[in-house]
Amino acid sequence: MKTDELIAALAAGTEPVDPRLPLRRLLLATLAGAALGVPLMIGLLGLNPQLAQAAQWPMFWVKLAFAAAVAAAAFAVALRLARPGVPVRRAAGALAIPFVAIWLLAAAALLASVPGEREALVLGSTWSACPLNIGMLSLPALVLALWVLRGLAPTRLRLAGAAAGLLAGGLGATVYTLHCPEMAAPFIGTWYVLGMLVPTVIGAALGSRVLRW
Amino acid sequence: MKPTPDAREARLRELMVAAQGGDAQAYAGFLRDLTPFLRAYLRRRLQALPDDVEDLLQETLLAVHNSRHTYDAAQPVSSWAHAIARYKMVDLLRARAGREALHNPLDEEGAELLTEAEPAAAEARRDLRVLLQQLPDRQRLPIELTKIEGLSVAEAARRTGLSESAVKVGVHRGLKLLATLIRKRR
Repeated sequence: MKTDELIAALAAGTEPVDPRLPLRRLLLATLAGAALGVPLMIGLLGLNPQLAQAAQWPMFWVKLAFAAAVAAAAFAVALRLARPGVPVRRAAGALAIPFVAIWLLAAAALLASVPGEREALVLGSTWSACPLNIGMLSLPALVLALWVLRGLAPTRLRLAGAAAGLLAGGLGATVYTLHCPEMAAPFIGTWYVLGMLVPTVIGAALGSRVLRW
Repeated sequence: MKPTPDAREARLRELMVAAQGGDAQAYAGFLRDLTPFLRAYLRRRLQALPDDVEDLLQETLLAVHNSRHTYDAAQPVSSWAHAIARYKMVDLLRARAGREALHNPLDEEGAELLTEAEPAAAEARRDLRVLLQQLPDRQRLPIELTKIEGLSVAEAARRTGLSESAVKVGVHRGLKLLATLIRKRR
């Protein structure tokens, strides 16, 4: 087939396409991924029995806002990476904001505490379960986000996989706040971050294989 | 006077936006105008593999087509097309010889794409028509009828006994599968 014939064939019977499709699909994957994480959390971990009281503490909302902000910033990066030739540097820079904010809060909490309390602020009582639980809760969103990216056109596969993973991690962490009893910023800044890195690393590792097109 | 890269960019963008809206003539114009630039770009970058240029160009055009929903009108269309061509080229080079084949630095800007054109087509070595025969009927027939024979979706549906939406899905999935077959065969 000559190139001119290929062009004629591709253009024959052109159907309209919606350029907002990438946004809509990734949004759908995000909502569905978060929604699937909730029954997983309730079934396997259970709601925090003190959730009603916890919600009266500002720190509960800080924790929730941190996790949701990471998901939102990673969403913006993933959406840009899904379109060929769109620069991501600025969007990736915005990703640092929630992390810097939680680490500043953590530093302030550690500085304000007496030396004997510091270990408890970092470790809480659930540190050993937190990262893997967040990783587990992020799995449905990771699968959906990678699947959506596969149908778009990422050209930087590892990065796109990592962005999908961080989006899923932010969603998993958001859902996990409904189970997690911890309220200290140093805890969130350590174990939540590690938990969100679990799907990020998995996404980056899978990206170069599953996102090829 | 020859149009500047900026004027070409503006023209191509206009055509692409119209094509996304379903304008077949604009889309054919877009692909026809873009092709000589893609060919020149790939030839420049693939000096060690001159016989692969036309095949890779066709593969890139198919990729442009399959990802035309990912173009956002706020973005230069040259950056978009350039990123697709570059992606397909790197994919080919990796399959051929590993990363060491990448002698030229690849960190160029998308705008570079529209500086040089190569209108003369070389002979493609791989015949997409032959590859098309490997697709299952439910994808091959819709592509042959609507894309090569130029029938409407409704006519193709009547001819195959498929529903109109099955014809559209068949074309869409079939062209994606064709891109995968190209990739798997190198």
